[in-house]
Amino acid sequence: MKLTLHIWRQKDRSAPGRMERYEAGNVNPDMSFLEMLDVLNEELSVSGGDPVAFDHDCREGICGSCSLMINGHAHGPRARTTACQLHMRHFKDGDVVYVEPWRAKAFPIIRDLVVDRSALDRIIAAGGYISASTGSAPDANAILVAKENADRAMDAAQCIGCGACVAACPNASASLFTAAKITHLSLLPQGQPERYKRSLAMVVQMQKEAFGHCSNAGECEAACPKGIRLEHIALMNREFRAAVFNLRPAAGTRDHGD
Amino acid sequence: MNLHSNVPTGAIESAWTRTKSSLKLINPANKRKYKVIVVGSGLAGASAAASLAELGYQVQCFCFQDSPRRAHSIAAQGGINAAKNYQNDGDSTWRLFYDTVKGGDFRAREHNVYRLAEISANIIDQCVAQGVPFAREYGGMLANRSFGGAQVSRTFYARGQTGQQLLLGAYQALERQIQAGRVEMLTRMEMLDLVLVDSRARGIVTRDLTTGEIKSYAADAVVLATGGYGNVYYLSTNAKGSNATAIWRAHRKGALFANPCFTQIHPTCIPVSGDYQSKLTLMSESLRNDGRIWVPRSAADKRAPNDIPEEDRDYYLERRYPSFGNLVPRDVASRNAKYVCDEGRGIGESGLGVYLDFADPIIRLGRKTIDERYGNLFEMYQRITGEDPGKVPMRIYPAIHYTMGGLWVDYNLQSTIPGLFVLGEANFSDHGANRLGASALMQGLADGYFVIPCTMANFLADHKPDHLTTDDVNFQAAEFDARQITSRLLSIRGKRTVASFHRELGKLVWDHCGMARNAQGLRYAITKIEELEQEFWQNVNVPGSGEELNRSLEHGGRVADFLQLGALMCRDALEREESCGGHFREEYQTSEGEAQRDDENYSYVAAWEYHGSAEEATLHKEALVFENVQPSQRSYQ
Repeated sequence: MKLTLHIWRQKDRSAPGRMERYEAGNVNPDMSFLEMLDVLNEELSVSGGDPVAFDHDCREGICGSCSLMINGHAHGPRARTTACQLHMRHFKDGDVVYVEPWRAKAFPIIRDLVVDRSALDRIIAAGGYISASTGSAPDANAILVAKENADRAMDAAQCIGCGACVAACPNASASLFTAAKITHLSLLPQGQPERYKRSLAMVVQMQKEAFGHCSNAGECEAACPKGIRLEHIALMNREFRAAVFNLRPAAGTRDHGD
Repeated sequence: MNLHSNVPTGAIESAWTRTKSSLKLINPANKRKYKVIVVGSGLAGASAAASLAELGYQVQCFCFQDSPRRAHSIAAQGGINAAKNYQNDGDSTWRLFYDTVKGGDFRAREHNVYRLAEISANIIDQCVAQGVPFAREYGGMLANRSFGGAQVSRTFYARGQTGQQLLLGAYQALERQIQAGRVEMLTRMEMLDLVLVDSRARGIVTRDLTTGEIKSYAADAVVLATGGYGNVYYLSTNAKGSNATAIWRAHRKGALFANPCFTQIHPTCIPVSGDYQSKLTLMSESLRNDGRIWVPRSAADKRAPNDIPEEDRDYYLERRYPSFGNLVPRDVASRNAKYVCDEGRGIGESGLGVYLDFADPIIRLGRKTIDERYGNLFEMYQRITGEDPGKVPMRIYPAIHYTMGGLWVDYNLQSTIPGLFVLGEANFSDHGANRLGASALMQGLADGYFVIPCTMANFLADHKPDHLTTDDVNFQAAEFDARQITSRLLSIRGKRTVASFHRELGKLVWDHCGMARNAQGLRYAITKIEELEQEFWQNVNVPGSGEELNRSLEHGGRVADFLQLGALMCRDALEREESCGGHFREEYQTSEGEAQRDDENYSYVAAWEYHGSAEEATLHKEALVFENVQPSQRSYQ
């Protein structure tokens, strides 16, 4: 089948960008969306054109690299499907397809469809972990976790950090991403000692980055390829409020040992 | 060259404990005076970088992706083995050790494998403490499942995303150290060379993939944890970016490359659908628990699968291996799929595929039960192929999945270059000629969390910090070389794309150094690959410039290295005149068509020294000594 593509081209962070039109003449329905772009890039290389840069790696929907807005939808039209797992059989001959990068102030464009998502790493660095230095762990079965909590923690932990939630949100908020990690760790007994400190630090970091606020549009949940649910944001808000009230410094005993 | 494996002497059960007690230490206040470079941020790299930083070393960690969380460890599905014996089914460190050595077809070093089995229990403790959401029983205890090659249940898992959860645990530990200022994380960076000063690894040269800047970094030691080289085959289950450039360039600087021909082929992947195909997707091995594998009895039979009656089907695994049936090990299942396709009985448009049929189990157990067991896999298959495996048999075909070979390391994970350590899939150490399921995650984390923190101190204790900088002439020379390669690639402006060379290389290696190999084919492949390499340097077209984000240039450099490595894989396969594990030489098989090992002549690690081409490479042998287990012939009939 034949498609007309309009793709965002931008040389680097500071250069102005524009949509460019390409004709994809030889599209096989069994191709993935990224394979369709591969074929376009091969043609562009051979004809002296400039191949389109896009992020991708595992191509099986788990690494979170791919980051395409396809006809205005983060990862395209299929529910719970990353762009790398989207196949061309869901398009039809003659379709016009618009391909853009994630659009968010916190994700500056590096080139074409490639954006800088390091703000998400900085939210994790602010506190999205349990401080357990190597070697200090007790026997694994010494920590009991109710199956329901382990399962719910896993639901949240499935986040692949792709940023589709940010791209889909009218406010470009990273609430779903941040909430998923806060929920994962606060549901587990191992996560309790740092629970409030973590929630506070992550939310504060999210606000320091150029993300917007959550206004319950729910677009993030609809766009999330892993089905992370909106209720995690409610949980994050509860954790944040609890953190503000519960997090008080200790009375200040200074102990340097004898 | 004498390969000193540095394995401890005395009883194997206490060898690692004794080693740890004798390794040199560095005072906590002095650790922060040392700089360590870690290349790669997968399970091995992230766990090493985090653990070394926790100890106080100054760490710089590099990855080519935009975030350390995207390393390909993330894609591992099934689980991680550990000898916890939580199921009371008689598991022990010894049994995990034995299963791994046997699974590797007696081509791994006993002491390394024993240590791996011993550390496996600590890994689970560590990961649980970090908050990895492993599957649990109702009482809150950890759940286990069983996996191929073992008779006990020792596999821990987090749904079908165990690799993802373990990697996120290591990534979060790494981010914690980044926040603490003890790790400097450099993303979108590719290592282009290793820098040696006085024959010791002292740093690396990198290219910033965003700006194109080529720059070097100095350190007191370098750790490579850059994964395997399955992408030599072009089509593999590896991520598109996975590459061998870091280990290959270290090899060119003197690190020996061990057992390059030991590659693993996974039997249940989705077959190739066309020339545009960019990668292959693995379907979990667990499908073979219920699914039945078959092809038409006659090559002329082109009917749709559901129109082929029972008597015209050949359930070839059940026929050839009545006791193991569809559950034979990975290498046996893969090879038999190749045989039936070679006979012209393969299915699908390409003729490179076999059916994995769920009709019988659905009649026996009901669609609901089958969906409960395999629903997520069915969904994934349907997403890619557009077919429902509950109604039409799945089409599957083997694909390259893991590489057991890698840079040679001693017991301390140090390569033949002092100060260069190699962890995880990038080294050759623990899996012999075949890796068992759920053992890759175990090895990556054992190396990174528990081995390198001990052995790094031992090395650095003998090398006082000297504040070497990249002004040193060796750094300047390595940077110059890296710039030369880049500008050479950009100056050719030939007629063929990088991907076309990569595809052609992949087909040569797959056809002649894949599931079955023979001397004639291997010789042919070596010649063809060397011709292809020559053509590459005359006719490749790398568009764009070096001073920008340029994916063709990145790919070009990687394919240049894959070409050389592909030839060495064939050379290694040609020299090893026996069949073992994933290495099946057609000339060496039993009368039943099974792999025939030659312990008398080939019980060694083949470690290759670089001299410019595969033909000039020199072979060094490290003899394998089996004092604790008795090598035996594997039989699944």
